Amino acid sequence: MLKALLARAHQKHRTVGFPDQPPVLPDRLRGRPEIDAAKCSDGCRVCAEVCPTDAITVDAKGLRLDLGRCLFCPECERACPEGAIRFTTEHRLATSSRDALVLGEKEFQLARTLDEKARKLFGRSLKLRQVSAGGCNGCEADVNVLNTVVFDLGRFGIQFVASPRHADGLLITGPVTRNMESALRQTYEAVPSPKLVIAVGACAISGGPYVGHSEQRNGAEGIVPVDLYIPGCPPHPITILDGLLRLLGRMDSACRISPIMR
Amino acid sequence: MKTGASNVIRNGEAVLLTGIPNLSFTDFREQLLQVCEDGGRIAALFGQPAGTDSIRLFGVLANDANGQLELWSTEVGGHYPALTPICAQAHWFEREIAEQWGVKPEGHPWLKPIRFHHSYREGHDAWNRPAGIPVQPGVADFFTMTGEEVHEVAVGPVHAGIIEPGHFRFQCHGEKVYHLEISLGYQHRGVERALIGGPDKRTIPCMETLAGDTTIGHTLAHCEAVEALAACRVPARAQALRAIALELERLANHSGDLGALAGDVGYLPTASFCGRIRGDFLNLTALICGNRFGRGLVRPGGILFDLDQTRHAQLEERLEQARKDVTNAVNLLWDAPSVRSRFENAGPVPRETALELGLVGLAARASGIDRDVRAQFPSGIYRFAQIPVSSYHTGSVFARAHVRWMEIQRSIAFIFDQLRALTDGPVRAGIGPLVANHAVVSLTEGWRGEICHVVLTDAAGKFAHYKVVDPSFHNWMGLAQAMRDQQISDFPLCNKSFNLSYCGHDL
Repeated sequence: MLKALLARAHQKHRTVGFPDQPPVLPDRLRGRPEIDAAKCSDGCRVCAEVCPTDAITVDAKGLRLDLGRCLFCPECERACPEGAIRFTTEHRLATSSRDALVLGEKEFQLARTLDEKARKLFGRSLKLRQVSAGGCNGCEADVNVLNTVVFDLGRFGIQFVASPRHADGLLITGPVTRNMESALRQTYEAVPSPKLVIAVGACAISGGPYVGHSEQRNGAEGIVPVDLYIPGCPPHPITILDGLLRLLGRMDSACRISPIMR
Repeated sequence: MKTGASNVIRNGEAVLLTGIPNLSFTDFREQLLQVCEDGGRIAALFGQPAGTDSIRLFGVLANDANGQLELWSTEVGGHYPALTPICAQAHWFEREIAEQWGVKPEGHPWLKPIRFHHSYREGHDAWNRPAGIPVQPGVADFFTMTGEEVHEVAVGPVHAGIIEPGHFRFQCHGEKVYHLEISLGYQHRGVERALIGGPDKRTIPCMETLAGDTTIGHTLAHCEAVEALAACRVPARAQALRAIALELERLANHSGDLGALAGDVGYLPTASFCGRIRGDFLNLTALICGNRFGRGLVRPGGILFDLDQTRHAQLEERLEQARKDVTNAVNLLWDAPSVRSRFENAGPVPRETALELGLVGLAARASGIDRDVRAQFPSGIYRFAQIPVSSYHTGSVFARAHVRWMEIQRSIAFIFDQLRALTDGPVRAGIGPLVANHAVVSLTEGWRGEICHVVLTDAAGKFAHYKVVDPSFHNWMGLAQAMRDQQISDFPLCNKSFNLSYCGHDL
């Protein structure tokens, strides 16, 4: 017992200050990419060609990057001869619609807070059932880590529960394999209404690196309705937490932030 | 029976496809059984279509004693006499061959699908399932037990925690488990099939997500395979940094697992501390490349991110802090009698069983087998810098926990050594096209165990076939065996002590 107490003193209090304080992130983190349209004048398409998931489109309307498909790998940034695409350490990535994940056309709009009625229901107590449907255990691990003392998800009233019957919604990872489709549908049906669906990671949003394989369904959309999209491969735990808190209206700052396209 | 020495290869050595002996099936079978009887084991056994009505079977045999691999092949039609009745290691491989190519291993004692998909060869199905009707996962015969008060417990595919899907069936009498049958395939996303015709821009992301918690391990096995096929020499600095990343991956997973094992026996101090310390190690990988799982780091020819001087110093400093923290947290486990009494004797896998099943990695080492790719089939920097093999003899949950702890200490010491000895120079070499009509076997020691990639190229130097064997492929049967005669309430503990990959198995 004494040893455990001494160990407790050695290990210290380690819960992050986020969201009251800014998160501490690795300086090489590939967060939200920034597109500098002025630098991409000749539309050489080299970025689109190296992109593993064809997340980049270059046409008459300019350069667009679909964060829902993006694996946040360094390929496009390294390939662009003009430096028109640059990964920033911006960790806020969650959106309320699939379209909002496409960078380059309009102002990037972060996830909206639930409407007042839903916020009354879920705002102070949100129970989620996690379903991995072909996920590689990357997203799963960085969702699971929110339960550790570092992120201490419980302090926000958010909890992962063992049964869909106890849940207010699903958090889905993976491209939804053909072999998990029925299990995902049944789990969704087992959650009492009203319910939320959160898609975490490139796979759950678009199929990720498996997009187009006949063994999977290119993400959760089309099988269940999605309320919150959190892109990444996998998203950093802070990105996931930011998305969840934004949905519940627990982030103090305004939802809109300045546009990336300048 | 040997038809020349060309069948003996080293890890990461490209050989001409025509140089691989193509034996009669009888000779192939005898050869495999003989090698396994002499202490060798099956690292991979798979089929590749050869002509319209035939499948070429390749067997990769590993001899831990002399660090040599043997590569044999044969051709089969619609069926062949199964190896499994004599050699249990072949069990899962033969089910995979039957499922993928519709080749029936006759006399196989438990021929069921492992991933639940249609055969890749039109008109050939080992179970004569009609082509138009979707294959339902988990729908198959299960081992059953009858008798008074006997009951069956079925769990999954959706589990209670945040984990990947799989289905488990327990045959119980009261609390006691007589048999556990594990049915997977829910994570099958068709990776191997999609790799054919590569390498292309999708290849690396597929490698990085074969088993997402083993990003470095699988990507390294892949890169070493293509580097062998392209005769590419990786700079020394890159080799060292790759090994550092591989050991950081081991550290994160091992410390996380020790925390989870503590949690499963209700010992919360270590559970809480290690849950955090796992993240501290992941953050060290992110310090190098920006991603906690090491995505974007390892590429053919080397690595994409170098350590500058400040980063180097920071890595050393933070690793030292993590070393102190993990030592403090894990030692609590060994000092707590309540933990030890739950770990000891739980889920034992005797050495003979582990050998018979061909277990790999820490599960094998915890059953007293000195089996470690880093020592016996070293590649990269491990050829020059050895890590002692950590093993323990009891095969129990305690042994698997203890081996993890020994490996944590040795991996940290290894990283410090490598950081001190890090040579200057480039971290990536250019890589040309792959040599045509060759084969290569690439092994790395991921944190779970041996990762085996076998790559065959076609006449254009593209992937004609790509076989991935995740350590979990060998080890799921080990978990099933560990549960025999155990209390069903100990399943989470036993399961976590293996912590096997679903997606790495399902591909």
